[in-house]
Amino acid sequence: MSKSSQYTASEILTILIARQVKGGLVVFSGVGIPLLAATLAQRLGCPGLTILFEGGVIGAFVEPGKLPPSTNDQRCTKRANMVLGSADVLLLLQRGYVDIGFMGGAQIDQYGNLNSSFIGNWKAPTVRLPGTGGGNDISSLTNMIVAMKHEKRRFVEKVDFITSPGFIRGRNTRAESGLTHGGMFRVITELATFSFDDAERRMKVLALNPGVTCGQVQDNTGFDLIFDKSISVTEPPSEHELSTLRTLDPGRQFTA
Amino acid sequence: MTSELVQPYHTLRDNIQKRDRSLREKVVSLEEAPSFVNDGATVGIGGSTLSRTPMAMIWQLIRARKKNLSCSRCIISTDGDLLFGSGAANQITSSWFAQGILWGLSKVMRHYVEKNLARYDEWSHMGMGMRYRAGGMGVPFLPMRSMLGSDVAHVRPEVKEIDCPFTGEKLLLIPALNPDVALIHVQRCDAYGNAQIDGLQFMDIDLALAANRVILTTERIVSNDQIRRAPDQTKIPFLCVDAVVEVPYGSMPHECYGLYEPAMNHLDAYVDQVNGDPVEGMRRYLDTYVYAPKSWNDFLSLIGTEEVMSATRRGQSLFDV
Repeated sequence: MSKSSQYTASEILTILIARQVKGGLVVFSGVGIPLLAATLAQRLGCPGLTILFEGGVIGAFVEPGKLPPSTNDQRCTKRANMVLGSADVLLLLQRGYVDIGFMGGAQIDQYGNLNSSFIGNWKAPTVRLPGTGGGNDISSLTNMIVAMKHEKRRFVEKVDFITSPGFIRGRNTRAESGLTHGGMFRVITELATFSFDDAERRMKVLALNPGVTCGQVQDNTGFDLIFDKSISVTEPPSEHELSTLRTLDPGRQFTA
Repeated sequence: MTSELVQPYHTLRDNIQKRDRSLREKVVSLEEAPSFVNDGATVGIGGSTLSRTPMAMIWQLIRARKKNLSCSRCIISTDGDLLFGSGAANQITSSWFAQGILWGLSKVMRHYVEKNLARYDEWSHMGMGMRYRAGGMGVPFLPMRSMLGSDVAHVRPEVKEIDCPFTGEKLLLIPALNPDVALIHVQRCDAYGNAQIDGLQFMDIDLALAANRVILTTERIVSNDQIRRAPDQTKIPFLCVDAVVEVPYGSMPHECYGLYEPAMNHLDAYVDQVNGDPVEGMRRYLDTYVYAPKSWNDFLSLIGTEEVMSATRRGQSLFDV
């Protein structure tokens, strides 16, 4: 798009995630949009944001135009404070050093459970997906912000397989499973920002993206959403946010 | 009580007793190295995703027509495709299996797994880490707090949920993984196997300690004197290494930290070809790039000087300030 007042779906998604972050936090990031968002937050006034990668990186500062193709590539270590083993960086989650996990998802359900393993029955799947990677560890042990493409087939009542746990079957089932900390904090799509209600732990609409209606969000979702009485409308991306983002991903690898 | 899953402690100790752990030269050629891997062996693969993959060794195992290997790697990518596609492996244990984020799903993995021709057993990334770490520590399991409540744990008959004897909390016990043989690629080591790894070490140290046999491939062999000048840089000790193979560009078309980035044009073309037709495309790839070359150098020349040099230039200038 030529005019900076216009933006793509992945651009607004990235910017909205970056806005969720405050300086001083320690975030564990997946690659792609989540990494781009964390890096964008660093450039937009949170230079003290510490980014961790499952490949074994503490405090990454990724270079514009040189986004790593995975969280295990040498590009991830550029200007980092430390490199360590993959198990050891993941153990920081278990010890409690991480504030937020940033992830993308293929399929999510009303309780915020993510599936990246199987479409269909796991014993005879229609599609075998790549699997959890560090996703299960991150979502089991910290508060999650998830970036999703908003499609009905991705927002389902019940995921085919819980790869990365949200609130499992709602209410106290997450804690009862032994997951005493963390959980889904925000889900962000090109249509809206979501959180989870305190009692049932079901997905609710927190804010609509500019120009989006409640009906539109519900129509693209495969289960009944909770609509709060006071739903705000998100501020559109600013020129500054967009131009900074575009310097980070000039080849539009992740924001096409 | 015995377990099929976890090797008995006395077996692990006996295996180490049988290995010659003296400070001796262990250099073999790439062509000789497959003799350290038996058909049906469990094989732990070092590195992660597209990084420090022991690709030359995997390539040589396929050329040696190894069969029925059970492979494990923290995150596996095109190396897993080749292992399935060639028939060298019929089972892979990992936390993630695709060709790389940039390319989406591996049609090769999908073909073999969805048609029940091979098995991909999924663990969380930290779960893989605890398996190798327990193996390296000489204990049968380690407790962990992730995977609980998820289907990743529900479909793994190997894990056990317990109430902690101290706190009563729920914990998941992750069984040790002690592969028959580990394949690990490093930037440099000496002829005895003292290995120095630059940059990301992934799970390679635990893997080396866990395995009953270790084959190192290395970008270059350095003198023992050079190792002794900076022993703090040695990440894998000679006493757990059984063979050393010098293979420059031994991770191609993947990357090796500080030396080269992935050969992206080659990988792009590879993905197009094998995802276009996971059987015929893979057969053509194996014929052209694995079976036909006379040597690893011959394979590198098929990737092309232009591409190898570009990957080298990018890799070696990445950390410039």
